[in-house]
Amino acid sequence: MSTPTPAKWGLRTLAFGYLGLLLLAPVGMIFYKTFEHGLGPPIEAMTSPDALHAIWLTLLMVAVAVPLNTVFGVGCALLLVRHKWKGNAVLDGIINLPFAISPIVVGLSLFLLYGTDGWFGPTLSEWGIQVLFSTPGMILASVFVSLPFVVRETVPVLQEIGTEQEQAASTLGANAWQTFWRVTLPAIRWGVAYGVVLTTARVLGEFGAVTIVSGSISGETETLPLFVAKAFEQFNEEAAYAGAIVLALLALTTLLLMSVGGRKAKAQGGPIPITGDAAISTSTTKEGS
Amino acid sequence: MGIAVEGARKRFGDFQALDDVSIDVPDGSLTALLGPSGSGKSTLLRAIAGLETLDAGQVVINGQDATKTPAQKREVGFVFQHYAAFKHMTVFGNVAFGLKIRKWDKAKISARVHELLQLVQLDGLAERYPDQLSGGQRQRMALARALAVEPQVLLLDEPFGALDAKVRKDLRTWLRRLHDEMHVTTIFVTHDQEEAMDVAEQLVVMNEGRVEQSGSADDLYDHPANEFVMSFVGEVNRLGEHFVRPHDMTVGLDRDDGAEEAMVQRIVALGFEIRVEFVLGDGTEVWAQLTRAELQKLELREGQIVYLRPGQTKSFSGDVPPPEGGGASTPRHPDGGDDAEVSAAA
Repeated sequence: MSTPTPAKWGLRTLAFGYLGLLLLAPVGMIFYKTFEHGLGPPIEAMTSPDALHAIWLTLLMVAVAVPLNTVFGVGCALLLVRHKWKGNAVLDGIINLPFAISPIVVGLSLFLLYGTDGWFGPTLSEWGIQVLFSTPGMILASVFVSLPFVVRETVPVLQEIGTEQEQAASTLGANAWQTFWRVTLPAIRWGVAYGVVLTTARVLGEFGAVTIVSGSISGETETLPLFVAKAFEQFNEEAAYAGAIVLALLALTTLLLMSVGGRKAKAQGGPIPITGDAAISTSTTKEGS
Repeated sequence: MGIAVEGARKRFGDFQALDDVSIDVPDGSLTALLGPSGSGKSTLLRAIAGLETLDAGQVVINGQDATKTPAQKREVGFVFQHYAAFKHMTVFGNVAFGLKIRKWDKAKISARVHELLQLVQLDGLAERYPDQLSGGQRQRMALARALAVEPQVLLLDEPFGALDAKVRKDLRTWLRRLHDEMHVTTIFVTHDQEEAMDVAEQLVVMNEGRVEQSGSADDLYDHPANEFVMSFVGEVNRLGEHFVRPHDMTVGLDRDDGAEEAMVQRIVALGFEIRVEFVLGDGTEVWAQLTRAELQKLELREGQIVYLRPGQTKSFSGDVPPPEGGGASTPRHPDGGDDAEVSAAA
C-alpha cells in the first residue's frame, strides 16, 4: 500500500460525499421514518390484505419474468457470440430497445396491441383472455423492460472464455447439450448470475410500464411499487415507507444470495496461482495459426 | 491404417488455408506437421479432428472415411496450445470428463484417472484446480484427459508453444518416451524445426496451404525438395542461386581459386559452436558455423579478410548454371523428394 496523498483523500471524500448525499441519506431517511415509532406500525401496514397481495404479485412477476429472460438471454447470447451471421447486428439492436425506450412508452405500446381496439385485444378477449388490467399484461410489461440484462452480462463472458474448452469437450465425445451443461454454463455462470440479479432488481422496481397496463387496482393488479406510490399519494406515509423498506429488503436478499453463492464457489477452488509460470497461461483466448 | 488425408481444401474468406493437401500417416507413428504460421498446419490438424470442415477432400482414420463424422464421434484425442483446461473442474474432473460422458461407473473412472495421472506424473494433484498448476503441469493434464478415452489417434496443436524453453525440452523428451510406450498414432503441429526433428519419426513440411515435402528428418535435411524446405529445415546461406549450409562453409586465410573473398564482420561464441558472420564483396551477408578449435586455429578477428569456399551447394532453379564444379538443377516442385542435385564445388 502506498501512502495516501492529499489528492487521494480528496477523491475519496468526493466519492463518499457524492454517494452519501445522493444514496445513503435518502435511504437512511426512509429507514428512520419507517421505524420512528417502533416495529409495530410498519408491520401492521404491511400485513393488510392489499399490502400482502402487492408483495405476492411482485414476487409472481419476478418468478415468471426472471426465468423467462434468463433462458432467453443465455440463448440469445449464445446465438450472438457463437453463431456469427449478418442478422446478428439487427438482433443486437432489438435486444437493446428496452434500454432505449421509456417504460411509459412500453406500457402505451402494450395498450395499443392488447386494448379493446388493438391488434390482438379483440381476438384474445373472444377467447376469454384478459391481458390488460390483469396479470398477463403486467408480466408482459415486466418481461419487456427487463429483457436485455442477462444477454448484456453474458455476451462479454462468453467472448472471453473462447471456444477451445467447448471444442475440447466435443473431441472428448460430448454432444452440444452435454457441452453446454458441463462446460459452457459453468464457465459463464457469473455473468449469468449478475444478469439475473439485475433482472430481478428491475422487475421488483418496475413502475412505469406496469402502472399503465395494470390500472393499479388495489388488491388485484397492484404490485409493491404501485402500492407505495398510491399510499404516498393518499398521505398514508406509514404504508408508503414500509412498502419501500420491503422492496429494498427484497433487492438486498437477491444481492446477498448471489454473493453467498460466489463465496461458496470460491471456497471450492479459487484462482490462486501457486507457481511462477501459472501466470503465463492466463491468456487462453488466443487461437492457433 | 493410420491417418490419410486426400486432396484437402479449406478457404477462410480470401485466405486459402489448405490448397489440395494430401498426407499419409502410418499406423502407430509419430508425425510432425512443420511450417511457419499461416501455413495451414493447424487447420489440417483441426480438420482431422473434425473441428474444421473441409471444402473438399477426404479424411480417413484407420481405414474409415471420417470426412462427415462430427468431432464427438471421431475418437481422437486433441491437445490445444493453450491447454483448454476446464477451469471449474479439478484435475480429476478434467481427466474424468470423457469417461463420464461415456457413462463409465465411478469406481472404473477413478481407477482409470489415477492410472493416467500416474502416467503423466500428476498423481497427488488430482484435487487441484487448473489455475493452481504450472503451464507444463496443465499441458500434461490436458494430455491425460485426451488419452483417458483411449483415442484412435492423438493430435497435438503446438502443445509446447506456450511453455518456456526448459519445460518445453523436458516435455518433448517425455512425449517421445510416452509414444514409445503407447504406440497411438500421433500427429503434432509445430513451427520449431528442432522440436520436430527431435520428437517425430516423420516430418511433413507445409507452406502456404501446401505440403512442400515429407519424409524423415535426414531426408529433409540432406535432400530438400526446394528452397523453402532447405531454408526452413536447418540453417542456410544464399549465394546467388545457390544454397549452402553454414557448417559446409570452409574458411581459408590464403587466396584460392573458386573461393570468395569476404570480410569477418562479427564473431559470436555460442558455447561449443562459433557463429562467424561475413560480408562478401557484393554486400551479401553469410555466416559459417565453426567449432571452437577451428576458430582458434584460424585466429580470426573482426575486420579480417578471408576466403570462403562453400562445400556442398544446392540449386533449385532450372535456368541457372551450376556452380564451378558443375551440377544439374531441378524444378521448384519436383515430384520425388530427393532429386535436388547435390553438387560438390570443385
